[in-house]
Amino acid sequence: MKQKKYWQSFGELKNSENFQERTQDEFGEDLTTGDQDNGLLESKAPRRDFLKYLGFSTAAAAAAASCEMPIKKSIPYLNKPDTITPGIPNYYATTYVLDGDAIPVVAKVMDGRPIKIEGNDLSTITNGGTSARVQASVLGVYDTARLRYPLANGKEVSTFDAFDKLVADAMAGTGGKPTVLLTETINSVTTKNIIAAFLAKQPGSRHIQYDAISSSGLLNANAASFGKRAIPSYQFNAAKTIVSLGADFLGTWLSPVEYARQYAAGRKINQKNPEMSKHIQFESMLSLTGANADDRYVHLPSEAGAVALNIYAALGGAVAAPSLSDDRLKKGIQQAVASLKASGAASLVVSGSNDANVQLVVNAINQLLGAYGTTIDWGTTLNTRQGDDAAMVQLVQEMNEGKIGALLIHGVNPAYDYFDAKKFESGLSKVAVSVSFNDREDETTSLCKFAIPDHHFLESWGDAEMKSGYLSFIQPTIAPLFKTRAFQTSLLKWSGDATSYGDHFKQYWLGKFGSQAAWDKALQDGVVETPAAAASGSYNGAALAAAASAIAAAKPAAGMEIVVYPKVAIGAGKEANNPWLQEMPDPITKATWDNYAIISYGTAKELGILVDDNYEVEVTKPVIAVKVGGKEMKLPILVIPGMHKNVIALALGYGRSEKSGRAAANVGQNAFPLVGFDGKSFVYSAAGVTVAKTNETFKLAYTQTHNQYEGRDEVVREFSLVDFKKNPTVLADDRHKLVEDYAKNTNDYAAEGTLYPSHPYPGPKWGMSIDLNTCIGCGACTVACTSENNVAVVGKSEVMRAHEMHWLRIDRYFATFRDDSGADNLDDLNVVFMPMLCQHCDNAPCENVCPVNATNHSSEGLNQMTYNRCIGTRYCANNCPYKVRRFNWADYMGADSFADNQKGILDDSVMMMNDDLTRMVLNPDVTVRSRGVIEKCSFCVQRLQEGKLKAKKANRPLETGADGKWDIKTACQQACPTNAIVFGNVNDKKSPISVIRNEEQTNRVFYTLEQIHVLPNVSYLAKIRNTDRHVGVSEEAHHEAAPAAAGEHKVEGAHKEEKKAEAAH
Amino acid sequence: MGGNKYNLLKCRPVLHQKKYLDVDILLKSCAKFARDHWNPVPFQPQFTEGMNQKRTAFQKIISVFVLLVFLSGTLALNAQDGKALFNQKCASCHAIDKQLVGPALKGVEDRWDDKAMLYDWVRNSAAVIKKGYPRAVTVYNEYNKIQMSAFPELKNADIDAILGYINTGGAKAAAATAAPADGSAAPDAGESDSNLLYGILTLVLAVIALILLQVNSNLRKMSDEAEGAQTAEPIPFYRNKAYIAIFAILLFLGGGYMTFQGAQGLGRSKNYQPEQPIFYSHTVHAGINQINCLYCHGGAQQGKHSNIPSVNVCMNCHMGINEYAKGPQLYREDGSKVDGTAEIQKLYQYAGWDPSQKTYTGNGKPIEWVRIHNLPDHVYFNHAQHVTAGKQNCQTCHGEIQKMDEVYQFSDLSMGWCINCHRESKVQFKENKFYSIYEKFHEDMKNKKIDSVTVEKIGGTECQKCHY
Repeated sequence: MKQKKYWQSFGELKNSENFQERTQDEFGEDLTTGDQDNGLLESKAPRRDFLKYLGFSTAAAAAAASCEMPIKKSIPYLNKPDTITPGIPNYYATTYVLDGDAIPVVAKVMDGRPIKIEGNDLSTITNGGTSARVQASVLGVYDTARLRYPLANGKEVSTFDAFDKLVADAMAGTGGKPTVLLTETINSVTTKNIIAAFLAKQPGSRHIQYDAISSSGLLNANAASFGKRAIPSYQFNAAKTIVSLGADFLGTWLSPVEYARQYAAGRKINQKNPEMSKHIQFESMLSLTGANADDRYVHLPSEAGAVALNIYAALGGAVAAPSLSDDRLKKGIQQAVASLKASGAASLVVSGSNDANVQLVVNAINQLLGAYGTTIDWGTTLNTRQGDDAAMVQLVQEMNEGKIGALLIHGVNPAYDYFDAKKFESGLSKVAVSVSFNDREDETTSLCKFAIPDHHFLESWGDAEMKSGYLSFIQPTIAPLFKTRAFQTSLLKWSGDATSYGDHFKQYWLGKFGSQAAWDKALQDGVVETPAAAASGSYNGAALAAAASAIAAAKPAAGMEIVVYPKVAIGAGKEANNPWLQEMPDPITKATWDNYAIISYGTAKELGILVDDNYEVEVTKPVIAVKVGGKEMKLPILVIPGMHKNVIALALGYGRSEKSGRAAANVGQNAFPLVGFDGKSFVYSAAGVTVAKTNETFKLAYTQTHNQYEGRDEVVREFSLVDFKKNPTVLADDRHKLVEDYAKNTNDYAAEGTLYPSHPYPGPKWGMSIDLNTCIGCGACTVACTSENNVAVVGKSEVMRAHEMHWLRIDRYFATFRDDSGADNLDDLNVVFMPMLCQHCDNAPCENVCPVNATNHSSEGLNQMTYNRCIGTRYCANNCPYKVRRFNWADYMGADSFADNQKGILDDSVMMMNDDLTRMVLNPDVTVRSRGVIEKCSFCVQRLQEGKLKAKKANRPLETGADGKWDIKTACQQACPTNAIVFGNVNDKKSPISVIRNEEQTNRVFYTLEQIHVLPNVSYLAKIRNTDRHVGVSEEAHHEAAPAAAGEHKVEGAHKEEKKAEAAH
Repeated sequence: MGGNKYNLLKCRPVLHQKKYLDVDILLKSCAKFARDHWNPVPFQPQFTEGMNQKRTAFQKIISVFVLLVFLSGTLALNAQDGKALFNQKCASCHAIDKQLVGPALKGVEDRWDDKAMLYDWVRNSAAVIKKGYPRAVTVYNEYNKIQMSAFPELKNADIDAILGYINTGGAKAAAATAAPADGSAAPDAGESDSNLLYGILTLVLAVIALILLQVNSNLRKMSDEAEGAQTAEPIPFYRNKAYIAIFAILLFLGGGYMTFQGAQGLGRSKNYQPEQPIFYSHTVHAGINQINCLYCHGGAQQGKHSNIPSVNVCMNCHMGINEYAKGPQLYREDGSKVDGTAEIQKLYQYAGWDPSQKTYTGNGKPIEWVRIHNLPDHVYFNHAQHVTAGKQNCQTCHGEIQKMDEVYQFSDLSMGWCINCHRESKVQFKENKFYSIYEKFHEDMKNKKIDSVTVEKIGGTECQKCHY
C-alpha cells in the first residue's frame, strides 16, 4: 500500500534512530559541564572553579549592591510639542519604498522614534498587509552602516553648500558630454517632475531606470501586444484557475503583497459551499508560490517557452509547439489546459520569465482565454517595475566608450548587481563626474567621486503611485539622523531651484488637492485612491508568430541548468544589512544567513553526496563548484525535494562588500555574475552548466531540524477539496471521538479529560485562529513579531547551535507519497506551512514543571512568562510539546550592565544590534530579556493591555473584531498579507475568532495534538488543496507511524485507487 | 506574592505526587537530621530514664523554635497590616500627630474609654453618634459635623492593628519625614524601629524562657537531692548543647531575617527626597493654591508616564506670577530659608524668559529634575490605568503631596505594596462599561453573592499584568 507522510527533513522522513537521537534535545547540545569520565576536577568546569566563581560573584554582588543608587534625571521638554505625550505612541501614515516597490504603511512612533511598521488598512491594494521586508524596514533607519555625511573623493564635506559647489564645478567641466541619471524604478509623481525639470536644464541628458531584478521582458512584450510599455493589474481574486509559469507572485514577483491578498481571497473556504481557485504552477525550482500550488510540475528553465507554447497550442492557439519529453510535464499541461478551458475568462496565466518571447505567448494565452478585462485589468497599470535592461547595457557600453560626462546614481548598485559588474566599474572610471545618492558606501558608491546620501524613507517626504490612480504619501517620522539630504532636493538645487523637496512636494499636492483640509486628510490617511474603470486593452497579436518561432528555434541545451532567484527576505540584496531579514529562515529551505546551491535529490546522488540521516542535522555541508560560461561559483549545497532533477538554484542578494554593513558583509556569495543578457533583457537562468563536488565543506545555519515534535506528525491536517466535500466532518468526528473516549459523563473534554481542576475565565479569553489554507508561509509574521517584541538576533553561529530566538516560526512540511517499496516520490510533493507559536495551553505542561512558578496561567487564558522570576532551568522548554520556548543562552540584547561583554563570542551582527543607534528600534513597552531566562510568544500582551486600557478609558466594552472594530491586533495578525491569522476574545460571541470556531469553520478547526489534552488557545483551520491527488495521511499510515494518534481520519476506499493511479507516474 | 490561584491549584496535585518539589520530604529529612544529630546530646545525660528526657529536650527545642517563629511571624504581620490599613483607610483624613480633616490619632485610645464604642465608631460613626455616646458627639461637633466615612469591612483585629500602628509608629513616622535627606536613598526607618520593638519583646520572652528552664532544672536537681539520687556535676549553660542549639537557631533566624530584609530592600528608596534644581513647593502649588495635579501632570490621565511638566506649562502661570510674596515662609529640609522669588527667577533662567522685557530670549534649556520614583525596568506601570480607569487619587501612592515642600517617595513601591493594594482595591465595576464582559460577576452581584469586585478578582495580581 501507499502512504503519505509529512516530514520536515530527510532524517525525519526515514525517522531512523540516529536522527531521533540527534534531534531529541530542543537546544541541540548539552551543557558544558565537562567530560564526566575524567572526574570532576579534570572537567571543564570543576567544582573548585565553580566555588571560586560563586564566591567571587557573591562578593561582587554584595559590593555592587552596597553602592549608592545612581541618580536618575527626568528631563521634560522645554516646550513640549502638542502632538507628543511621553509614553504614548503616535502613528503616521507613510509608504515603504524600495527598488520601485511601494507599500502603504503606518509607522508607530514612540517618543519621537519609529519603532514598528504596520500595514495601512485604508489601502485597497494591500488591505493592511505587509511583507517581511516591509516589517524589517524600520530597522533600516537605524542601520549603523548608513553614510552619515556627504563625501567628495572619499572625504567628508562639511556643508551641503560646499558640496553643491564642488559638484557644480565638476559638472561644468564635463566638456558637453551628456549627463545620465541612473535610478531604480521611480513611481513618484513629484520626483518624476523634478527629474524632468533637471534633465531639461542639462542638454543631452537622460534618465535610465534599472531594476536589479528586472521585468523588462514583460514590459517589452506588453509594448508589442498592447502598445504600452507597462504592466497591467492582475486580479488573482477573480481567477478560478491560476496558472503560473515560474512566477513567484506570492514571494517576489512584481507586487507580492497585493497578489497574496488577492490570492487568499480566492482560497478562503466557505464550508457550506466549499469552493476555491485552482492554482497550477510550472517551475524549475521550488518557489514559495510553487509550494502553495494545488498542483505543481517542474521543467528545465530553458523549457519555459516551450511550456507556454504547448499550453497555447493545446488551448487552440495557431502555433506549432515544440515537443516536450517529460511525461509528467505533458500531463500537467493537459491538466492546466483542461482547467483553463473550464474557467474560461476567469483564468489567469502569469509568467516570471524575463524573456519577451515567452511573455508574448503568455499574453496570447490570456487573450485567447478572454482574461483581459476580467482577471487582467489594463485600466490600472502597475508602476513598480519600469527598468529597461537594454538601455542599461547601452549605457554601460557608452560609459566605456567615454561618451558619458556625468552619472548620477540613485537607489541602484550596478557595481554589485549588474551582470557584468567589471564592465560597469571600468565604465564608471571613465565618467568624469559620478555622484551617488545611495544610503551607504556600497559597491557602487565607494567608486563614485561624490556621494550625498538620501534620507531613509522614514525620514522623508514623498509620494508613490504604485498603481496608476493609487497614490500613497510618505511622511517623515523622525528628523534625519545624519547629515543627509533628499535626492530630489539635490536635483532641485542643481537645476537652479532653491526650494527643498519637502516644500516642493507640499506645494505641488496642495495645488492638486485644492484645500489644506483635503491635503491634510490625504496625508493623514496616507492613501488617495481614484480607481479607473476596468479595461481589456487593445491586444495586437502581430509579434506572436516571431516569438513562437524564436522559442521553437532555441535548442535546449543538454545537461544541468541553473536558476538565479531572489529570496523572499533578501531580494536583490539592498537590505542585506538587516539582521532581522538575514535571520528570518527562508520559507522553503529554512536556512538563514547564507546563500547556497539548492540541488535535487537526484543531483546529490549523482555528485556522490550522501543524503542520509545526518544530512540535515549536520550543519557542515559539502561544497560544489558550479561553472557557467567561464564563471565559477563554489557554494554549499542544500537538497530540497521538488527541484527539477537537473536544475540548481542560487539565491541573489548575498556576498555584499565590507562597507555595506556588519551584518551583510561576507554573508554568502554574489550570484549576480551568473545572470545573462540575451540582447534585449537579462536572463535569470543559464544552461550548459557543469557541476562538480569539491572537497571543501561549509557550515549552513538551518532551522527546520530544530524543535522536533518527535514523530507526532498529526500536527498538520490537510485534505483535498474533493475529500473535504465528500466527508467534511472528519475533524469534528475526531473531536467527538475524544469526547466519547475521555468525557463520557459530562461531554466536556476540557474539564473531564484531566485530573486537574478546570478554571473559570470570567473576562476576556484570548484565542487565535490560523488558517493554513491562506497562510502562504511568507514570514511577514515572524519579522513583525521580532520587531514588536524585541526578539533577539543571535547570528549565524548561534542559529547553527539551535539557539535562534524567534517566538513565531513557520514550520515547513513536505508531504510525499511513499510507495510499496518504501521509496518516496519526491517529485509529487505537497508543501504545508504552519506558523507555530506558543499555543497558550489552558492545561499547559510547561507551567507544572516550573520550580519557581515563573510561568503560569492568567485568568484571560494567557500562558504568562515572567522573566524576572525565571531561573533558567529550562524544564518548561523540555516539557513543551510544541517546542516554542526560547532560552537566552547569551546576552544577545545587551541587557547586561557590562556593555559589549559578549564581543568576540557572538557574531558581529549581534553586536551591531546592540549598538546604541540600533537599539533605538526597541519597543519600550516590552522588557529586553537578559541572559539565562526563557522567553516565548506572549500573544503581544503589551497590545492586549493597551487595548483594554483604551476601552476602559473610553468607558466602553472591548472591541475584538465584531463589526470590523479592533482594539487589539497582534503583531503577526496585523502583518499578515492574507489575513490568515485572526486573534480575539473567545468569550465574545460576536468576535471573528468565536464565529470562525463555532459557526463558520466548524469542520476545519483543529487544535494541534488535541489528544494530549493540553488545551491550546491557538486553533488552526485545516489546509485544503484543490487537487485530485491524494493529500493527508492515510489510515494505514497511522497504524504504522503513530498508533496512539487519536486524530486519524479515514480515507474512502475509492480514493486509494486514485492514489495508485497517481503513483504510477 | 504574585501567586495566582490558577497556579496554586495546578501545583497542588504535583505536590501530592511528590515528584517535583517535595516539601514533605524536605520537612521529613530535616526532622531526621534533627533526630540523628540531636538525640545523642541529652539535656541531662545523668538521667536514668534517658529516653524520656531525650524526647523532652528535643521537644523543648522544637517548641521554643516554633514559638519564636510563630511569634515573630504574627507580630510582623500585624505591624505590616496596621500600617497598610492606616495608609489605606485613614491617611487621607488623619495623621498620627497632626490635625488634618479629622483629628490627630495619637492617643485616640485614651480619649475613648469604651473600646467597643471605638470599634463601632470606625465601622459606622453615624450609628454611634445616634446612640449619643458623649465622645462621639464631641468629636462630631468639634470637626464641623463632618461625618467620618464608614469602614464596615474592618474587623476588631484590623482596628487593633491600626491602633497598634498608631501607638508605635506615630513618633517614628514624624521623625522619618523630618529627617534630612542628602540626596541618597534613605533606609526605611519606620519599619525597622517597629522591628526593634518586637525584637526586644522576643528577647525578653527568650530570657524568661531560659530562666524558667534553669529554674526547672534546679528544682529537679533539688528534688533529686532530696530523694537522694546521685547527680553528676552540672554543666555550665555555655557548654550545654541545648542552649548552643537554641542560640544557633536564633542566630540563624535573626541573621536570615536581616539578610532577607536587606536583600529585599536593595533598590528600594522609600523616603528618598533629593534636592531639586529649583525649590518647587507642592505645598504652595497643590496645597495653598489648589492647582489640580492633572493640570501639570496631564500625562497621568492619558498614558503610562505621569509626565513632569515641560517648562512652557510652568510659564503659563509664571509669566504673570513673578514673585513669591504672600505665602508662608518656605524652609528646606535642613532648615534654611527659601527665597521663593529667587526660585522663580531660576525658572526664568531655564525658560529663557526676560521678565523685564516680557519676552523669550530663545536661550532656554530644559530643567534636569532628579527623578524620585523609579521602578525597575521589568515593571510596566501605567498611570492612566490607575488614574483614569481605576479612579485612584494621586495621594494613594504618592502620599500627601499637597503638603510636601520637597517631594519625597512616600511608598516603597515594592511588589508587596502593589499586590496588597490590588487585593483590596475595588475596580469601577458597575461604572465602567468595559467590565460588562465579566458577566458572571455581574450575575453574582445581582444575586448578592458579592458586593464588589477587587482588582485581584479580574486578574490584577497575575504576573503578566505588570511584567512583560
